[in-house]
Amino acid sequence: MLSRVGDSTYWMGRYIERAENNARLLDVNIQMLLDFESRRHETEKQFWAPILSTLEDTSLFAELHGGFTAAAVLDYVTFEPRNPNSIRSCINQARENARAVRDQISSEMWEHANELWLYFQDGSALRDFRGNSHEFYDKVTYASQLFQGVTDATMTHGEAWRFVQAGKYIERADNTSRILDLKYHLLLPTGEQVGGNVDTSQWISVLRSCSGMEAYLKIKKGEVTPWGVADFLICHEEFPRSIRFCVDRLDSVLHEIAATGEGRFRNEPERLSGLLRSQLDYATIDDIFRHGLHEYLDAIQVRLIELDLAFLRTYCSY
Amino acid sequence: MASLFDNYDPGNFFDEMFVAADEVRPHYRMLLERFEGLTEGDFDRKRRIAEKSYLNQGITFTVYNDKKEGTERIFPFDLIPRIIPSQEWELVERGLKQRLTALNAFLNDIYHDQRIIKEGVIPEEIIRSAKHFRPEFMGFDIPQNIYIHVCGSDLIRDRDGRYLVLEDNARCPSGVSYVLESRMTMKRVFPQLFSRYGVRPVDRYAQDLLDVLRHIAPSSAGHDPTTVVLTPGIYNSAYFEHSFLARAMGIEIVTGADLFVQNDRVFMKTTKGPKPVHVIYRRIDDDFLDPTVFRSDSLLGVPGLVEAYRKGNVSLANAIGTGVADDKVVYYYVPAMIKFYLGEDPILPNVETFLSAVADDRKYILENLENLVVKSANESGGYGMLIGPSASQAEIEHFRTLIKADPRNFVAQPVISLSRSPTWCEGHMQGRHIDLRPFILCGDEVRIIPGGLTRVAMRKGSLVVNSSQGGGSKDTWVLDGGSLPC
Repeated sequence: MLSRVGDSTYWMGRYIERAENNARLLDVNIQMLLDFESRRHETEKQFWAPILSTLEDTSLFAELHGGFTAAAVLDYVTFEPRNPNSIRSCINQARENARAVRDQISSEMWEHANELWLYFQDGSALRDFRGNSHEFYDKVTYASQLFQGVTDATMTHGEAWRFVQAGKYIERADNTSRILDLKYHLLLPTGEQVGGNVDTSQWISVLRSCSGMEAYLKIKKGEVTPWGVADFLICHEEFPRSIRFCVDRLDSVLHEIAATGEGRFRNEPERLSGLLRSQLDYATIDDIFRHGLHEYLDAIQVRLIELDLAFLRTYCSY
Repeated sequence: MASLFDNYDPGNFFDEMFVAADEVRPHYRMLLERFEGLTEGDFDRKRRIAEKSYLNQGITFTVYNDKKEGTERIFPFDLIPRIIPSQEWELVERGLKQRLTALNAFLNDIYHDQRIIKEGVIPEEIIRSAKHFRPEFMGFDIPQNIYIHVCGSDLIRDRDGRYLVLEDNARCPSGVSYVLESRMTMKRVFPQLFSRYGVRPVDRYAQDLLDVLRHIAPSSAGHDPTTVVLTPGIYNSAYFEHSFLARAMGIEIVTGADLFVQNDRVFMKTTKGPKPVHVIYRRIDDDFLDPTVFRSDSLLGVPGLVEAYRKGNVSLANAIGTGVADDKVVYYYVPAMIKFYLGEDPILPNVETFLSAVADDRKYILENLENLVVKSANESGGYGMLIGPSASQAEIEHFRTLIKADPRNFVAQPVISLSRSPTWCEGHMQGRHIDLRPFILCGDEVRIIPGGLTRVAMRKGSLVVNSSQGGGSKDTWVLDGGSLPC
């Protein structure tokens, strides 16, 4: 496979996943805000500024907007073309990359990516957003999941498909770590206790942002606690959005690409993913909290960035 | 019931479908009957389905405006097909084969002995001054002596329905993907229309093209040569076609940056390391192929590619230097070439052409600018052209100055009243001018896709069919031999 094709399929996987995660993050935050309608003015900035810190997008936002109003943040993360990580930009990027490898992906994949792009391009997306934002974000999430399903069902599970998977899992691991870290940036309103109403509802939103509420309740038998949620989203072996799950898959797919046996490594990305995988396999939530959740998540993000660079250097830009 | 064709006026032109307002040509009769069963609402719905299918598949070209974002548009696609009966097509096919055979013989001669110059058929000056002549390749032998592997010669029909060759495209003719896509779209939108009509299929094209490419592979490549399509990139207006063809042939599409040359061999960068490349179907002009030989500012090409080509380690389709054959001044001499190399009379005539390089012709041209079409020798896409009867005085004077300053670079032709075909415009069926670009492949034999791309000038009265100038397209049906459908 051409290195350029590898690069494009990888980024196509990443951007589609990123669009979906942004959509879910925003949707959940809107829902959460509804519970605090009475203290809207007090909370608006507290609720929306952390979203931007999570996405590491504060400086450009400050340049373009005065204050952290819901409308400004939603527009910035959803539609702003100058924000390279806005949902719209992600979809543009995913589609551009798909276009560059049209000969490698299935026609169904291309048509889905292209339809989603047209949806933003012809103004339908904005209209839906203004009509009912929840349905709109649902639609974006669904479109991304549909794309991934179509990818699995129609694309040959060969090398190019593995590059899509690598992009998807590295992005998802990164996004889950950021969403979980959102809780670190969210301040409790004055007078609220840790473990109180607001605190719990914030942890619930974190779970919802990762589509993890139902799975969590089944596994943890009901009680929502900080360490319970963190344990679930970092260490769970089978939940498809937990960091460990994503890194396991990423590591497997990297080993398949180079046809290296698991547990060994022949190149730098394999070495880094193996390291991260074993670290997550043996992590306990007590260790993580002792280390500091925010610091731990930060370290994981740094690892993922190193992994991304090593991957591209090995296969695409040598 | 009211029919879509009720008020159709074929006018004073050669109309492809009607002999007169109340007399349909026999090969269109069944089509007319089937369309008469459609209401305007049905027709509208079908049109929308076709448009949506183009849009969703991303079969678009990019239009740039003042804002930084380009918008993508679909090519207007008209649902009334252009139909060519089999005996008519046979003639066209024979004529095109003859023409391409002569053009390839000409290129082989021009880059070797130049007999055609020595024997006084074409003045040396014309060849030497041709913009796309590549003297660097004199005496250079290419695989199977085939220069033009893919040719698109544009045909028009005059007022009497005679087929004439308007120009040859011997470098990178584009449009074949629209032929294949429009057929798929028509089948989806009008499945019932095809039954019993006997339309010849077009879908062998990609396989035929791949056969041609493999046919010219260097012998050192062995029995399984690696063949790629070289594109300028995703922002090129024909990118859709490049990737379409790569997909249809099952080969890689590459950009210049994906290739590199080492020890005069071409490789592509893959995730498993470098892989040798043997045949390149390049959709990049000569000028941009190799910055070390041609334009040094080209970012699209591959440094060292030309040397690898010279050493015979990689084959290019089309060969370097074919542009001399589609120079519009050289076009004038194609009938003479056919006579010279093949000893035959041309089956498809040229449009009458005047060379401003020739004193008598120049005098005639300058005196009759308002009645002529003037073309620059090496422009395409409808650029660099004067259509006398519809030009302003200022435009005419501008061309007068250009012609006087550089007579070698211009030719003139009488305005040909192109044939028309019924076309759906502004809510009515109206006559619009059309041409035809057949795609001719030359490998171990010459093969022509049945039909080709019918382009239609969507603007009322316009004779310019180029997509960059508001042209659209139609599906082109060549009918099987045997009795006409009725």
